Formats: sequence, structure tokens, C-alpha cells
Amino acid sequence: MSTYWKKNQQKLAPWLFLAPGIFMFAVYVIIPIFQSVNISFYAWDGLGEAKYVGMRNYVEMIDDEAFFTSLKNNVIWLLLYMLAIPAGLFVALFLNQTVRGIRIYKSLFFFPFVISQVVVGLVFTWFYDPSFGILNILLMSIGFEPIAVLADEDFATYGIIAAGLWPQTAYCMILYLTGLNAVDPEQIEAARLDNAKGFKMLWYVILPQLKPATFIALVVTIIGALRSFDLISIMTAGGPWGSTRVLAFYMYEQAFSEYGFRMGYGAAIAVVLFAIMMVYIAGFLYKMYRDEKGS
Amino acid sequence: MFHRTKTLVAALAASTMLSSALFAGELVINTDTSDPAPKAAFEALIAGFEAENPDVSVTWNLFDHEGYKTSIRNFLTADAPDVANWYAGNRMLPYVNAGLFEPVDDVWDDNGLRDSLASAEGSMTIDGQIWGVPYTYYQWGVYYRKDIFEANGIAVPANWDDFLAAGETLKAAGVTPITIGTKFLWTAGGVFDYLNLRTNGYEFHMALTKGEIAWTDDRVRATMENWKTLIDAGFWIENHAAYSWQEALAPMVQGDAAMYVMGNFAVAPLREAGLTDDQLGFFQFPVINPDVPLAEEAPTDTLHIPSNAKNKEDARRFLAYVARADVQTQINETLGQLPINSGSSVGDDKFLQAGYEMLSTTDGGIAQFFDRDAPAEMAKAGMEGFQEFMVNPDRLDTILERLEKARGRIYQ
Repeated sequence: MSTYWKKNQQKLAPWLFLAPGIFMFAVYVIIPIFQSVNISFYAWDGLGEAKYVGMRNYVEMIDDEAFFTSLKNNVIWLLLYMLAIPAGLFVALFLNQTVRGIRIYKSLFFFPFVISQVVVGLVFTWFYDPSFGILNILLMSIGFEPIAVLADEDFATYGIIAAGLWPQTAYCMILYLTGLNAVDPEQIEAARLDNAKGFKMLWYVILPQLKPATFIALVVTIIGALRSFDLISIMTAGGPWGSTRVLAFYMYEQAFSEYGFRMGYGAAIAVVLFAIMMVYIAGFLYKMYRDEKGS
Repeated sequence: MFHRTKTLVAALAASTMLSSALFAGELVINTDTSDPAPKAAFEALIAGFEAENPDVSVTWNLFDHEGYKTSIRNFLTADAPDVANWYAGNRMLPYVNAGLFEPVDDVWDDNGLRDSLASAEGSMTIDGQIWGVPYTYYQWGVYYRKDIFEANGIAVPANWDDFLAAGETLKAAGVTPITIGTKFLWTAGGVFDYLNLRTNGYEFHMALTKGEIAWTDDRVRATMENWKTLIDAGFWIENHAAYSWQEALAPMVQGDAAMYVMGNFAVAPLREAGLTDDQLGFFQFPVINPDVPLAEEAPTDTLHIPSNAKNKEDARRFLAYVARADVQTQINETLGQLPINSGSSVGDDKFLQAGYEMLSTTDGGIAQFFDRDAPAEMAKAGMEGFQEFMVNPDRLDTILERLEKARGRIYQ
């Protein structure tokens, strides 16, 4: 025993140190993934006996309008949420100056990220309210008909995304502000001597130095878009008639909400969502791996 | 030796006392009665029970409504209380089927409840056994602005033509006939219930919610056609999908809308908002098809004993207490609702009296509510369809086909 230990100490030690982490990760992440996949082959209300139904949950999904509405909304969320990155960059550039009291302005711009998503949702619900919301008061004052943004299937998702962009822009802004602090003044000096200014300066000199900030901003924005649950729940509860659901919300509705408790179908939706996220996670891991190998 | 025995006996006695204090004397009650009136009613109920049963101490866990719907599944299986509140009809079916509620036929037999609670026996019975004790119910119907009706010379409409004519008069006066907030869907379920009960009757409505009739049936279409008449005539407030039921009270309070198809619980907030009893009235949903006996909607709230309860003996005493006529009189006075016990007296509030009179003379049957009569999944799909229909009535065929597809899957 002791000779085996001595011989393989170098090899075993890292695993021993990793063991607690691996154990927790397995129990709370890896094993539940397989459990979810397993549940997705059953019809189960969470109380009684689970009945094996094979691929039936997935077959049903292919024929389920609500599922495709949710999937479509997920894509819209992912695409439009990206606007937070340029918007955040713009605000950061705007605030990156030395004026008296600039810290106060910075804090005010960062404020929406500090308050809870639920509060953001409520504020925007009132903002859009068709009878007393400021949006419709403005629209009416310039002669337009009021729009019930959150009650209209064509606008509701965009209305929620706009609400989500408010705190997300603030988040990207703070990332870029810290990034801008690290920009090398000598390079800017040199670029100035070479007569670079305006957009060219930004594109060729500043942005490349902000690459790490951009990468983090991209990651948190994608994550933010995929976990867009609280805003939907607060602002429309998935409505009107299910037109603002995203996959995460649909999964919750099917599996846990008042009228749901179809654990099998909910799990099947979760598996599909997982597969979609896996594409992105794999890309992310590949990039990390490549970067670490390169250095 | 003697001394030792004495200590042993004392220790034994102490431990039995302790265990009886823990098990025989402690009653755990979980409810979601967190609104002011229901909370006060349960406080009084529990205080009254403790006063009559000094050997029992009650621990009461109060949940919020939404959280309760999820947590009841957890606590019934894992950490069951001795008494929990829930709802009659199909809503309790999953728990009965999963064996999580205890049958309480003995409580009914021992206390003569089959007579005094006879009106609710049907909705408490599943597979020939009784699964709980009902303690309150309330009527649904049309709440309306009496003053606006009078100002425009409108009499209370008793039939469909009068109802449509009343709406036209209101519109001419610049008042939207009916307010509703469908953001959380169930309000539209109440409207569907009444339209279907009046168009096709109770038997048909129950068969439909039990999944025995196709949603694409012509009789369902007839109901939707009546609904479409109201939509096309502009009876409903605009943008109702953006409002909760509470937000939809505002137009009625401000006099921009004149009617609300609602349960009696809407009276309290309407009064709080400043409407007096001279301004606010109630009438039975008008007759649509004169050949159909008038059925009403009156959801029943109930108390149950979980199968995993620790102190079932005292729980049975509690249920018997709640079923008593004088107790039901008292709690419903506080709740502002109707007692189930036929020996109870109804508060002298005019809406309660109106509801009591309407429900006790109903010959068509009493429905619980769309989401209590239909299984949860069907209710969700149905109410979502109704909401969509109210905004886009031209999509009727698509909606009914979608519901029919859901029926095929849910009731298999």
C-alpha cells in the first residue's frame, strides 16, 4: 500500500484535492442532468407513479405550437440582447471623462443593474400601461393611438426585451468602464501622433485593447438572455396567450406552475434547452482551451 | 430499590406526558388564507377551537396563495400538517389519486354532516368516499354600477336580448359595458363558464370539462358565437389582456365601465375603492337559452386531513368543529361569504343575501369553476384559448382545434 502511494503520489494528489469539488459538481450538476434526461422519457405528475412513455414527450414537442413559439422567442432574446454590448460601450465611452461629479453619474447609470429584476419588470409594466403609462401618454400627446405593449402578441416580447436591456446595458457599461481604465495611454498617444482619431481610433486602437471586456460582456449577455425568466414572469406571465414564453419559462410552466406538473414534458423541454446551450458552452470551452494552450 | 422505582415511574410519567403534549395535543394547520378577511376568519376559528379544546394547541402556518399551490405538493408528501385547506371538485383529484388525502366519511357520519352539508357532498365525493369538509363558498354573477344603470334608464337585464340592449345603451352613453382583466386568464374562464352554462346547460358543461365532448362540437361553437356577439359589439374594455382582475376594477370604480362578471370577493375591494351599496348592485347572469335550467357557479373552499398527518384524532375534531352551524356562521361573517351548513345563518350584507337566495333556489346545478371542474392542464389550455379568442375572435377554429388536440392528450 505505502509503496503504491509513494510511487503514484504525484498522480493521485491532484485527484484527492479535486475530490470534494468533483463530488459536489457530480451531485448537484452532472447527475441531475442525467436524471432530467431520464425523466423526459416518462409521464409523471410528481406525485404518483411515473409511467414510461419512451420518446412520446419529444414527439409531442415537435407538434406543439407553444414549444416553437418559445424557441422563436429564445432566438429573438439572444439576438436583441446583444444590443446591450454596443449600448454599454457607448455609455462607457460617454462617461469615461473627468468632469466634476462623474462618479455620481456613473453610479446613476449603474443603478438599474443594482435593483432587482422584479422591480425593473414592475417599473416597465407601469411604463407600458395602456391607460396611465408614460409611454402611451407620450404617444397620445403626439397624436398616436395608445399601444398596450404587453397585451399585444406582436410587441410584448420586444417590450420585455427592452426592459431587460436597461439593466443589461448598465452591466456591460461597468465592464467597459473598468476595461477603459486599463487602456494603455502610451498607445493612444502614439496613435494620435499617427493622426488617428474618432471612429478609427476607437476601432483600431481602443477596441482591440477592450477585447477581454468584450468577451466577458458577451458571455454575461448570452447568459442573461437565456435566463430571462423573472421579467417574463412579472411582466406578462408568458401571455398574452403564451406568446412571450421562452423555453425556460415554458419548462417551468409545464413542470412546476399551478396548471402544470407534467414533469416528463418539462424535463424534455429542459433537455432541448440544454442541448441548445451546449452548443454555446462547447464553443466557450473550446475558446478557453485554445487560449490557455496558446499562453 | 424503592427509591429507584419511584424515579423510574416519575421518568416514565414525564415522558408520556411529554409525548402526549407533542403528539396528542399539537395540531398543525397549513392554509393559504393570507388576505386580510380570510386571515382574520382563521384567527377567530382557531382561537374558538382552542377555547373549546384546551388540551389542543394549534400551530398555524400561513402561506401566500401562489406559493401554497407549489408547497402543498411538497408538504403533503414530506412533512405533512394535520389539516390543510384546498378546493373541492377536480382540483383535489390528483391528491386523492396519489393517496395523500385521508377519507373522512366517519367525520361526516358522526356529526350528521350528510344532512347539514348535503349541498356540497357531491363535490367532496370521489370514488364513493368523502375527502374533506367544506367551510365556505361564494356566488358568481354580474356586479354592476346601479347608479349608471339608473342614470341611463336601464332595468336589470333578465334575458340575453335585454342584456345586449343594455350594453348598447351604455355604449351610447360613453360607458364600456363590461370590464375584465385577463392577464392571469382565469377571469375569462368564469365568462366562458356562464356563457356555456346558459347556452348548453350544466350537464353539457360538466361533460365538456370532464373531457367527454369534443371542443369542436357545434354546441361549443354556439357558446363561442354568443361570446363573439359581445366581442363584436364592443362590450369588453380594451387591452384587457394587460390587466389583472384587480386592475380591471378601476374602470368600474371610475364609472368608465358598468359591469363585471366576477365572484363575490370583488365586492370588498370595490367598497374599499369608495363605491357605496347604492352605487353597486348584483344580478344573476341573464338567461340565454330559455330551455336550459339556470345553473350557477359557486366555488367551494375546503379543509382536508393529509394521509401522512401525525395527529389525525385532533384533526378530525377540528374538521367537526369547522362543520358546525354556529362556527360556519361566524367565519363566513368575517369572510363575507356563504356558509355551507344549512343550519347556519347568512350575514345581512345585501350581496350575501342575494347570493344565498340565488344559490338556494338554483335548479340547474352548481359548478365549481372552470379550473376546478376541468383538470389543470385542460384548464390552462382552455383559458389561454379564451383570452386569445377575446382579442382575436376570428381565430376561433384554430383555437378550438388546439383545445381538441389537448383534450385528446389530457384525458387519455
